[in-house]
This record gives sequence, structure tokens and C-alpha cells, in this order.
Amino acid sequence: MTEQQTRTISPRSIGTSLDRVDGREKVTGTASYAVEHADVNGTAAPLSLWLVTSTVAKGRITGVDASKALAHHGVSAMLDHTSAPRLAQTDNAELAILQDDRVGFRGQVVALVLAETSEAAREGAALVEVTYEQEPHEAELREDNATYRPDKVNPDVETDTDEGDVDAALAAADVVVDQTYRTPYEHNNPLEPHATLAWWEEREGREVLSMFDSTQGVHGVVQALAPMLGLENDQVRVRAPYVGGGFGSKGEAHAHVMAVALAARTTAGRPVRLAVTRQQMFSLTGYRTATISHVRLGAGRDGRLTAIEHAVQEQTSVVREFAEQTASPTRMLYAAPNRRTSHRLAQLDVAVPSWMRAPGEMPGMYAHEVAMDELAVACGLDPIVLRERNEPDLDPETGKPFNDRRLLDCLHRGADRFGWSTRPAGPRARLEGDWWVGTGVASATYPAMRQPGNQARVTALDGGRYEVAIGSVDIGTGARTVLTQIAADALEVEPSDIDLAIADSLLPSATVAGGSSGTSSWGSAIVAAAQLFREDHGAHPDPGVHTTASAADDPAAEDYAFHSFGAVFAEARVNRWTGEVRVPRLHGVYSVGRVINPRTARSQLVGGLVMGLSAGLFEESHRDPRFGHVVTQDLATYHVASHADVLDVDAEWLEESDEVFTPMGSRGIGEIGIVGTAAAVANATFHATGVRVRSLPLTPDHFLDA
Amino acid sequence: MRALDHRRPATAQEAVDLVARHPGATFLAGGSNLVDHLKLGVASPDVLVDVRRLPLDGIERVEGEDGAVLRIGANVRNSDLAAHPVVRSRFPVVARALLAGASGQIRNQATTAGNLLQRTRCVYFQDVTTPCNKREPGTGCSALEGYGRYNAILGASPDCVATHPSDLAVGLAVLDATVVVLGLEGERRIPFDELHRLPGDRPGADTTLARSDLVTAVELPLDPDVHRSTYTKVRDRASYAFALVSVAASVRMEEGRTTDVRLAWGGVAHKPWRARRAEAALAGQQITEDAVRAAVDLELETTTTNRDTAYKVAMLRNTTVMTLLDLAEEASR
Ligand SMILES: Cc1cc2nc3c(=O)[nH]c(=O)nc-3n(C[C@H](O)[C@H](O)[C@H](O)COP(=O)(O)OP(=O)(O)OC[C@H]3O[C@@H](n4cnc5c(N)ncnc54)[C@H](O)[C@@H]3O)c2cc1C
Repeated sequence: MTEQQTRTISPRSIGTSLDRVDGREKVTGTASYAVEHADVNGTAAPLSLWLVTSTVAKGRITGVDASKALAHHGVSAMLDHTSAPRLAQTDNAELAILQDDRVGFRGQVVALVLAETSEAAREGAALVEVTYEQEPHEAELREDNATYRPDKVNPDVETDTDEGDVDAALAAADVVVDQTYRTPYEHNNPLEPHATLAWWEEREGREVLSMFDSTQGVHGVVQALAPMLGLENDQVRVRAPYVGGGFGSKGEAHAHVMAVALAARTTAGRPVRLAVTRQQMFSLTGYRTATISHVRLGAGRDGRLTAIEHAVQEQTSVVREFAEQTASPTRMLYAAPNRRTSHRLAQLDVAVPSWMRAPGEMPGMYAHEVAMDELAVACGLDPIVLRERNEPDLDPETGKPFNDRRLLDCLHRGADRFGWSTRPAGPRARLEGDWWVGTGVASATYPAMRQPGNQARVTALDGGRYEVAIGSVDIGTGARTVLTQIAADALEVEPSDIDLAIADSLLPSATVAGGSSGTSSWGSAIVAAAQLFREDHGAHPDPGVHTTASAADDPAAEDYAFHSFGAVFAEARVNRWTGEVRVPRLHGVYSVGRVINPRTARSQLVGGLVMGLSAGLFEESHRDPRFGHVVTQDLATYHVASHADVLDVDAEWLEESDEVFTPMGSRGIGEIGIVGTAAAVANATFHATGVRVRSLPLTPDHFLDA
Repeated sequence: MRALDHRRPATAQEAVDLVARHPGATFLAGGSNLVDHLKLGVASPDVLVDVRRLPLDGIERVEGEDGAVLRIGANVRNSDLAAHPVVRSRFPVVARALLAGASGQIRNQATTAGNLLQRTRCVYFQDVTTPCNKREPGTGCSALEGYGRYNAILGASPDCVATHPSDLAVGLAVLDATVVVLGLEGERRIPFDELHRLPGDRPGADTTLARSDLVTAVELPLDPDVHRSTYTKVRDRASYAFALVSVAASVRMEEGRTTDVRLAWGGVAHKPWRARRAEAALAGQQITEDAVRAAVDLELETTTTNRDTAYKVAMLRNTTVMTLLDLAEEASR
């Protein structure tokens, strides 16, 4: 395997709206998702697994009585911490289930029931009687208990930053905004629940674990599970041909994957399958912490920032640490000589938080961009003018030049398209019928990331066709289509000449479909392999020859800070009687490098806008601290935007190409669509009503005095 | 899987007898509420007496002792009821209440009786791992000091603060409807207001019906005078959410003053809350913002709220004002 310096490829299929290559399978229902795979490992139908979860938040299991469960028709086995297979490693306590009698949160896996049907397994699980010695628990995030300072925050960045003298600058500032903003617990809720099918077999005298898993990264699952199960990586094979959404919650293996692996180890080769229930997804598959952002902005009367402070309080789980990098966008978005950020956590006896839809950027941008709106009001400035005045020359965080910072272009183009110039300067200026009408804007930014550790393989086939293989996953984004286009252009053939093989850990290794890094990371590896292939084998290769390569970083990339940018414009209407909020218009303009497929790109961006709208107006998980679990644990009580809430939503992008970043000129599209949206909506509700709400979601009860 | 007996009785009387005979039996209609409860473990009947094929699906005008009524069979689907021409023209409050509820798919499945007898959406009632007096008498009320956004503010008890979730029921409350019930003792008629009950110290019972009472129809008086009626539902999202509060109203006006005004609220109590004190205050009055506010505040004198439910007072007041002002304007056109 070679590391190849890539050259920029010239777009032919790239830039066109190639139909989704798997569209037909999906709309005709022939695409098989994880637990839909039948006929694996011989003929025996899979056994169904059901999870028994704890009903206390903290304590010790004193007994597990499975006699009634085992007597139930169809139930074949029950595994608990005394009978489940032992793990070789237990440092990842989220995954190390059934290894001891400790309970770390309510909803944790405490036993497994195997049965011939999922109905029998479910009933069997309900019949397992678990007794506990309960201990006092803490499950509530408060300002007074979020005091723990983690070593790093996700993914691996500084917990705190401090430059200049923020306090002095604030004391001397003409205008100060000093406010606290809150965002609620949020759960990812992909349409396809987390689901796994697994079986063990012996090959050449070695145990092999095979899985179909609904995951954002097959290699990540291998790497997480293999050492814990006492296996080499090549003893685990994970496939994920189709995945019905993840939004970060399938970015890492969660406890249910280990549950299936452990259960299948006891069934003598018979496959075991599990689909996590919607209710269980509220405690087992990750979520976003609630956040409390204390923001202080100091500025001159002209709006030029002299100080930015963003002190974050949020929570993690005692079982496993995850620290959301909420203040990270604040570190680079605007210029100011004095700046300070920090993250402090409450360590609670609760489910393990994880990646969700732009971890960090999403709640952080909400707080920062609403604070900027407040500053614009305080300075009597148009919010776009305020942002123009605070545009940095260099990345405030690294001191490097931005490669292609086009925030102002996005703001100006969006303002044009949205009709911003006719906006009344003050709030509460337009009443139409029973509705107050207002508009708001917010910036969006998201780091461009290219992950190391990606390889691709190009193999010549008969008839001028090529197999292009990389173990990446298409979680519904369109990756399969976009990678086909990249491969075609890199090999200078038609997309129809490419057989793309993905979603299998036997293929060359690929990083997670997350952090908007997939297309950049996998695509660059494909370009590297294709270019090296042509160098080695020429334009008319013999069938069977192949090349595997990874992409070397462009040395010039060291010198730049890479971020995508965007501007989101929202119109909000607030009913003066009922307080209900509607968003008739939502418009995003983005700078994301070259767009590889306008159709899938638009779908990603519009999807991000809808998710941001949904988070802005509706989404909230309510954890009951007395019990320790989320009690709004279904989609009737955890509201996401309905069709009726999604009106005129549109996204567009600037024509550009970021060739320092990737040989395709692209920078990655995903989270950028969501990050500015909630703030834009919040700012629009203020402009409509004059009522400033500093917490999400913006439910009707907040606007009753409007 | 728990073994379940599924019976399809040929007659309504047979259905009643079946449920009466089996202590673990329950009626099944569209199943859109009951089947969820089977999965969640909230209900665990051993016999499902499926009444869906009983011929209780007509909507017809019937001449009764006290004049004509529109008789709506218990099995009429929510979608069909909402689309019925007489319902749309004479009882818009019913059509609007139905269309404000659930989703198109669920309304196709849900029946009239099932809708009225659906159970609370209180999150603790639906979560068998938490105490709930309604589900398991004597275990305590988790909602009292828990997640309270949808809790009752009127007529609640220390044992239960659940609200009734049906929109249809709130609409029917202003129509002086009658519920036709077949029981072991034969058929009887219950005024709509007496179908649902307040929780008191028996929150397990949502209604005054006996376990084996089968609802066979709902009757709406076809008053020769025209009443304007409507339904306003306030919810967290534009569609597919239960009411935070809702207002059903019916008015008749002459020369700018009410000759008949009826008001019912949803999302605030264990049953549709007929606001009779407010109605009395508005009787014979002009409908103005001030008059409605004063009337609502009179009715709300007995509310109990906490941090989570305090918003409902203002929301209810505002929504009632908006609804009645709109209706009055329509009535005077
Ligand atoms: C996601 C979702 C959203 C919803 N949103 C709304 C909403 O916004 N507003 C709203 O009002 N409703 C809403 N609903 C509830 C829906 O209206 C009810 O589930 C439905 O009306 C129940 O009717 P069914 O025929 O399916 O009843 P079933 O589920 O079959 O039965 C419900 C109950 O009624 C009893 N029953 C049924 N028929 C009879 C009879 N003839 N006599 C005596 N007892 C009987 C059953 O034993 C059972 O206890 C929603 C439901 C869901 C699932």
C-alpha cells in the first residue's frame, strides 16, 4: 500500500446530478437493511434477542430470576452478568456489558433474552425479574454541579482557551452582552433503529464473528469490538450495505452491538438479531447533552468586538466520558483580541452521550449567534453589518490564513435572495392578521476535516470496467453515488463503468461517515488509488491488475485553516394569541468547496436546515432526574418537525473549488446545513415579537406575552 | 408472545356478554391506542373482543323523542366522520377537532368510540417502569412532580394529573351529545358530559362505563337553529401533536348578543372541560375581548398550576378570546 500525492481531477461526472445509484433498490424495498438479511450462515433462521434494561439509575444487581422467562414458549436462553461470555478488555464501560453487577444508569443493559421470535423474546424479557440494591444517584445537570474539567473535549481539542485579558476588555467595552443560553437534551432518532445481526463460525481453526450492523463505520465497529472479545481485527467482519440514517448515533458501536456479539457467542453458530426499540434508543444509542452557555461579548459602539467569552456547562456520564465541544466554533468565528472559552461538566449517573448532528458546533453556534444578534440590537446595527465589522484576517484560533473564508459572500448573497434590505430595523414591526412577522439571520461554520487512515483499491475488470473498493458506508447521504462519480472522473471513465464496493470491513479501511469528513476522506483515497493505478497500469490495463493507495496530505494544506461557511435566513411568524411559531421561509447559502452532486448536496443541506428548524422549534428530551431516564421516549412526545412545519426551505451554494483541501475541490457537506439554523430562527422570533427567548426549543409557551 | 384470544362476535350483545364473562377481556376497535398499550405492557388483556365488524358504522338522521338527531355509529372512522357533509355543515367543531388530531393514516384506522375511550398520553402512564395510579392503583403519581407540560390544571387530584387526549371529545362536549351504550342490562343513553369523569381517588377509571359496556353510537341533536361552532387546537408543532390546550366553542347570536354560548376546553383536565361558569358569564352578552377574558378568568379561579403548567392559563385565555372573537364575527356576518 502506497501513499500517493494526488493531483486535482478535472470534473466530468462531478458537478452533475447523477441519479442515486441505489435509488431503485431503496424505493422498491429491495435494499436489505441490517436485520433483514436472511440465509446467513446456513439455514437456521436467526434467533431474536431482546434487551432487559435496568430500572434503577445506580446500584448493584442482587438477583436475576429468569424462571418465568425461560418457561415462556419460544424462549431459549437468558444471559446476565453471571452467565454472559467474559470480555478480554473492559475499559470501555459503555460496551463492557454484563461483566459485573454494577448499574451505572437507568436503561443500561442488565440481561439478554434469546428466543425463536421477536415476540417471544420481548415477552421473555418482560418476564425476567431483576432485583437491585439501589444507591442514590445524580441525574440532573445544574450550574452548581457542572464543575468538572475534562482533559480534552470532543474530538480531541483543548478544554479551555484564554487569550489577552477578557475581563479588562469587558470592563472597558462600550457595549456588553452578558447572557446565558440553554439547549435541551436531544436524541438522534434515525428512521432505522439501531440493529445488528451476527453469527460466529470457525474458519481455519480460528473464531470469526460476522455482522450486519446499522453503523456509520464498519471498521470502527471492528476496532471497538475485536480487542474486547479477545480477537484480532481480522477475526471480525462487519458489513453495512444499507443504513437508514445515523446522525452520529451510529458513529460508534453502542452497547447493543456488544449484546448481539455476546449472545451469538453462545448459540453454536446460529445467527442472532436485534433491533433496538425506539424507547431503548433514548438510553442506549447516544444523545446530545443539554448545554448552558454563558456568553459575554464586549464591543465598541461601532460593534467591533474587543472580547468574546463562552463558558459552557454540560454533562457527561460516569460510565464513559463524552465532552461536547460546544465552545469550539466561538474560537474561530469572529475577530477579537481578547477571547476565552471553557467547558465544565457534571458527571452524572446517566446514559452515555455521544455524537449528534454537529456535536459542539450546533449548540455552540446557537448561543454565539443569538448573542451576536443581541449585540447588533445593542449597537443599533444591522446584524449583517455587525458581522462584516468582525471579519477576521486570519483564523483567530490558529493564526493561519483561512483557505477560502467566504462568510460575507454567503451573507450578502443570502441577503439579496431573501430580500433582507426591506427588513424593518426594529423588532415587533409587522403584524399580519393574528401573526407577528419577523426575519433573522445567523452565520454557519463547520471545520473541513480529512481523516487519516483511508485506503482505496482499484481493480481492472473485463470490458473497460473497474471495481473501486473502500470500506466506507452510505448512511443515506448519497455517498455511494458520489464516490462512483469521483472514481469515474479520477479514472477518466463513465460512472457506469465503475463497480463500487463499499460497506464491508474486508475492504480497504475507511473512517466513519461523520463530521462531514466522509466524501473528502474516502474520495481523496479513491483519487489516490486511481491515479496511482493509471501510473502503474496505464490506460488499458489487463483485467485483474489492481492498486491500493491512500492519499498523502497536500503539503500546502499545513499552512491553512479549512472551514466551510454559510448564512441562514429565516422568516418567523408568531401567533399573538397562542404563541405558536411558524417558519414560512428558511434559506441557506453555503460555501462548501466544489459540489460533487447537486441533487445529493441539496438534499443534505435542506435536510440540515430542516433538522436545525426542528431543533430550534421542537426537539427536547425530558430527563426525569428522580428516575434518571428520559421520559419523553417516543416520537409522539419527542417532537421532530412534521411536514406541515417545513414550508419554503431552500439551499444554494457558491460556485468554487477548494483544491488545496481535496483533489476533487470539495470540502464536505453535512453538518454545515444545521449549525446556523436554530439561531436564525430564534433571531427571527425576536424580530417578530420583541421577546428574546434564550433557550431552545422555541415552544409557544414562551411567546404568550407577545 | 403472550397468548391472546381474538374473538369476533356476530352481534353487539354477544360482544358485551363476552367481555362480561371474561375478566381479562377488552374491546378492540381500530387498535391504534390499544395495540400500542399491548406492546408497552400498559394493557395485558387475554381476550380481545374485536367489535370492528359489528354493523355500527352508519351516520344517519334519526327522529328521536326530543327531536331529530344525527346518529353516529361507534365504528365510524374518524376520517369518514370528519368528511361527512352534514357534520361539516352543521357541526364544523367535530370535523375540525377530528382533523386537528393524529394523522391521516391514524384517522383512517381510528373509530368514534375508540377515540372517545382512548387513554391518557401521560408519559408515566405509558412507561411501566414508573409508578402511576391510573395504571397501577396505589403506586403513586409520577407526573405530579415530574414532566408536567401536558398535565391537568382543572379538576385534578393528588392521585392523578392526567389529561384526556381526545380532540373529538372536546368538540362533542359543546354539542350536548348523547352516548348510546349497550350493557348487560340493555341499552341506555348517557349525556356526553357524564361519560368521562374526574380522577378523584379512583384515577384508574377514565369514564363512568362498566367494563362490559359497549358504546354503540353517539347522537348529536339536530337543532333547527344554526349554531356557529369551531375548534382551535394549540400544539407544539403544526401537525401531529396532542393539544397543549384546545378550545371548542359554539355560539348563536342575535342582534350582536349571544343567545346560546357553549365552551369546552381540552388539554386541561381528566375530561373535556365544559366551561359552564364562563358560559354563564357570557350569556346574553356581546362578545368582546374584555368580556371573554373576564369570563375565562372566572372559570379559571379554581386552577392549580405549577412551573410546568403555568403557561396554560394565559394560553387558554388567549385562545378562547381568539376563538370566540372569530366565531362572533362569523355569526354576525
Ligand atoms: C401517533 C398518534 C397520534 C395521535 N394524535 C391524536 C390527536 O392529536 N388527537 C386525538 O384526539 N387523538 C390522537 N391519537 C389517538 C387516536 O385518536 C386514537 O388512538 C384512536 O381514536 C383510537 O381509536 P381506535 O378505534 O383505534 O381505538 P382502540 O385502540 O381500538 O381502542 C381504544 C379504547 O377504546 C375501547 N373501545 C373501542 N371501541 C369501543 C366500544 N365500541 N365500546 C367500548 N369501548 C371501546 C378499547 O377497549 C380501548 O380501551 C393519536 C394516536 C397516535 C397513535
